[in-house]
Parts: sequence; C-alpha cells; structure tokens
Amino acid sequence: MSGKAWVYGDNVNTDVMAPGLYFKDSMEVMAAHCLEAIDPEFAPNVQPGDIVVGAENFGVGSAREQAALAFAYHKIGAILAGSYGRIFYRNALNFGVPVLVFPEYADINKGDELIVDAVAGTVENVTQGKSYSVEPLPGFLLDMIHAGGLMPWLHRRLQQQSDAG
Amino acid sequence: MSDGLTITDKIIRKATGLDDLRPGQIVTCNVDLALLLDSGGPRRIWPRLKELNAGVWDPDKIVLCTDHFVPAVDAASAAILKLTRDFAEEFGIKNFFDMQGIGHLMLAEHGLLQPGMFTVGGDSHSSMGGAFGCYMSGFGAIEMTGVTVTGQIWLPVPETIRINWNGSFNTGVSAKDVMLKLCRELGMNNSGKVLEFGGDTVRGMDMQERGTLCNMAAEIGAETGIVEPDAVTLDALQAAGRPVGPEALEWRSDTDAVYADVIEFAADDLEPQVAAPHTPSNSAAVNEFSGVKIDQAYVGSCVGAKHSDLSMLAEVLRGRKVSKGTRLLVAPASNRVMTAAAADGTLAAITEAGAIMMPTGCGACAALGAGVLAEDEVCISTTNRNFKGRMGSNEASVYLGSPYSVAAAAVAGEITDPREFLPADKGEPA
Repeated sequence: MSGKAWVYGDNVNTDVMAPGLYFKDSMEVMAAHCLEAIDPEFAPNVQPGDIVVGAENFGVGSAREQAALAFAYHKIGAILAGSYGRIFYRNALNFGVPVLVFPEYADINKGDELIVDAVAGTVENVTQGKSYSVEPLPGFLLDMIHAGGLMPWLHRRLQQQSDAG
Repeated sequence: MSDGLTITDKIIRKATGLDDLRPGQIVTCNVDLALLLDSGGPRRIWPRLKELNAGVWDPDKIVLCTDHFVPAVDAASAAILKLTRDFAEEFGIKNFFDMQGIGHLMLAEHGLLQPGMFTVGGDSHSSMGGAFGCYMSGFGAIEMTGVTVTGQIWLPVPETIRINWNGSFNTGVSAKDVMLKLCRELGMNNSGKVLEFGGDTVRGMDMQERGTLCNMAAEIGAETGIVEPDAVTLDALQAAGRPVGPEALEWRSDTDAVYADVIEFAADDLEPQVAAPHTPSNSAAVNEFSGVKIDQAYVGSCVGAKHSDLSMLAEVLRGRKVSKGTRLLVAPASNRVMTAAAADGTLAAITEAGAIMMPTGCGACAALGAGVLAEDEVCISTTNRNFKGRMGSNEASVYLGSPYSVAAAAVAGEITDPREFLPADKGEPA
C-alpha cells in the first residue's frame, strides 16, 4: 500500500475516532466524523491507501469497534504507531486493517509519501528517502489475517467442525 | 528462585488447561461467562451469526443487558433495544436484564461472577468484574461474536503489576481518587499487564469501591484489574443469593508470586484528585483546579453511580443546595441502587438539594443518553473518561472527580475541595 501520511500524537482515543454522538448512525456517517475533534481535515480529505501514523497508545479507550471500522471504511492502507490501545489493536486486526508497531513514528511528517508492506514488514518514506523494517505479527495472528480476518477464520473453523462431525 | 503464581496466572492456567506458560505467549482460553450489552452486542453480533449460519455456544453462559440506549429517545435507539430483546428471545438467554441497570452492576447484583472464573465482556469497563476475584476483560463486538459462537478467545498471557495501598483514607477521599492518581502515575499505556490491587486499604473496601478500582484499570490501558477474594467477596455473593464455599478463597496469589512490578502507596497521603480535560491521566490534587466554574455536575455510569457513590454525594449535599446557575444530574447505575437510595434517605438528600434524577443507564457518560454538553460548557463528572467529545460537544470541557468532589462543585458552582463540606474526623475507611 502507498499513500500520504496523516500524523498524530500520543493517546489518540476511540472517542475521537468514533464519537458517541453518531453511534446510532450508519458507518458512513460515523466515518465522516472520524478524528473530527482533533483534525477536522482528516475525514473529508483522506484518500484510500493513505497511512495513519500515531505515536504511543494509539486507540486508547473503549471497546467500540466502530473506531477501527472507521479506518477500514476510509480504506486506510495501514496504521503505524509506537504502541496501541489493546482493544483497538485487536479490533483492527480482526477487520484486516494492518496495524504495525513502528517505534520511528517521530521521523514521519504530515503528507510524507509512504509505502508500507505489511507482509514483508517494510516501511519506505519516499519523501525523505528512508527505509525501515517492522516487527512481523505473531504466527497465530498472521494465520487469522491471511484468512481475511476473524469472520472468514470463523467460517473456516465452523466448516471444519461440520466436516469432522 | 521465586516461581510462585499470581491469581491471574492460576485463572489462565485453568482456562487454557496449560501449565507451562510465559508472558506474551498467545493462548486460547475457555470462557466461563460472556457479558453482551445493547451497545456492541446483538445489533452487531446477530447479523454476523446469520452470515456464519451459527448459533450461540451456550445461552446459559451469556448475560445480556440493555444499558447504553435506555430508555429509547428516538426510533433508532428503540430499534436497537427491540433487536436486543428479540435476540434474548430467539436464543433463550435467561440472564437478560432489560433496563434494570448497567451491565457491570447486573453481574455484581445477581452474583454471576465467582472467584477463579475466566470471563469477558463487550465493553471496555468489563474489567470491573475483577473485583470478584475473577479474570474479566473487555473486547470489541467482532471478538464477542467469536466468543458467542465458540466460547473461546485468544489472549497473550499477561504479566501482573501488584499495587498495594495501605493505611486509611482521609476525609473526602475514596477509590475514585486512587484511580485518578494511578492514571497519572502509571499512564494509560499498559497493554499486556493486569493490575492486582491489594493492601489493607483495599481489604477494607466494600465490593462497590473495589469495583471502582477494577473498572478504571481500563483507563490505565491494562488488560484488566483484579482483587483477590476474601470474606467481603464471599459475603457479597451470599447476599446476592449465589453463595460459594470457602474453597473459593484458594484463588489468590502465592506469597512468592512473580510480578512485573510491585508498587506501594500510602492511603494517608492521598488527597482528593481531579482529572482536567481531556484525559483521565491529566490529574492532580483537587486544589490545583479550585475556582474553575462549572455549568453541569454529573453523577452517573458504572464507575460513578453505585449506591456507595450516591451515599458520598448525599453526605456532602445533606442540608445544602446546588448553586444557582449550576445543574446537578444524577443517573443511578441500577434500579436496585435507586431502590436502596430511596429506602435509606440518600435519594431525599439528593433531590432536596435540587439535583435532577435521570433514568438508570449509561446516560450522558458516552453521549448516548440524556445530559450531554453544549459547546464551551464545563462539567465535572463521576464518570471514567473525559476525552474530547465524550459527553457531547467537541468544545465542551469535562473534569473527572469522586462523588465527594462532584458534590462539592455542584454546591459551590465551581471546583472546590470537598473536605470543606465534610466533618474532619471521618476516621477509618468504610
């Protein structure tokens, strides 16, 4: 995936990703307000493939899966951050949004052109001419992501059970 | 070499059937109980069950509650509640609590959590269940779908931080102040860690105050919080009509348990704490914020509107009035809380002071119920989060405090030290 970097700080929380005021509305409405409280420019201007870069504890807060779904809705190419809120991290993986631990987040400037290869574990900053390698995901999670996320993985598991039964 | 186990280590071993575990190892745990709420429960899970052509793994191990969208305020929230009721009917969920209170309190009031259980909930504040000496952690609806179908969930084996509080609280100090201080001290980025609360201060707390500790482990970003069971735990289960035998007390950490860290605090040194906008870790002693004018004081949510919270509120309000130009909204966390507050005079003290009673439920805490804020308004709240836009407008400011601090601000019309309104010689903690 390649796209422009949208860069944020520490502790970007799930309330600003998926505001409670729009909880009853469609994902389209919710996604239109994603990050509005900290960056009103994001939702109207983000393009498919763009990369969201957070600092530490990206996605701290509630269990609401709409926070991760909002980025999936905008077809974000990947999320890079030094660390993640635990439920957000799990939700994003379950929806097939690549979330990579990227300690060098401070190098990235807003608008940098990035190329992220989540399988090979590489990040290339085209604008700055720098390359990075990132830690691959644990095997168990890769298995689920390769299946396409939790739902296809559950499909497969239920199929195996009914075949065995 | 020390190689003892924490209570969490022991519960994970039981839930996995594995003995040889190391921190970070990914394991699959069998779930003893799963809490689903109207917010991220059937409305998000049922369509996925249909897509998978799957049913519910064990309806008797699912607890379902409506609390986020109650009572319905428009056709959309009414439809979510109807779908939730239909789900309970369709799958024969017997433990369905419809508009009876916030789900985390339903578990406690009905004695559904027991020491040693491995439990999950579709809400980040599911950590509150750890007060009963069980492992209970929050997950998103997509993962609760997996649990609903399979009865299992994957987990990186967590490490435990032991947090000891010893000594007696001063007047006007409570478990909420402990957690606001810990948000500052530990930060909010503690994935992979369980907070185990101990020490004689914690032993002296009732189950409601222990619930406050474990609830806000979510703000600290931990996997969950937990308190080892004792006589207080067993008495609470007895009172809930679900007694367990003394063998439940065997669910405790070994004296040589291995901890990632052990941190000691002195309760006697703790002052009332307030967190300033827009994050719970932005906390300091209440006096740092004295004089901040408030438009609204809010007492509500799983963490901040239990019977013990309303009692603290009433302690300050009794014989006083809410300041002109300030509104005090109170949303009891459950119907039983409301009943108990009405029976012991707490409710009268609150309403006579001029507070407005709101329906039981999650209310304005996450801007889903009544009591949300306008642009430029300032609120002090007993809830657990004050992120931008959490309680309404992105341009509103929310401070977090204990029921004592919120009550004092309501009376003064500005943030002020609650000890001004309380007798100095409160003595030992309740």
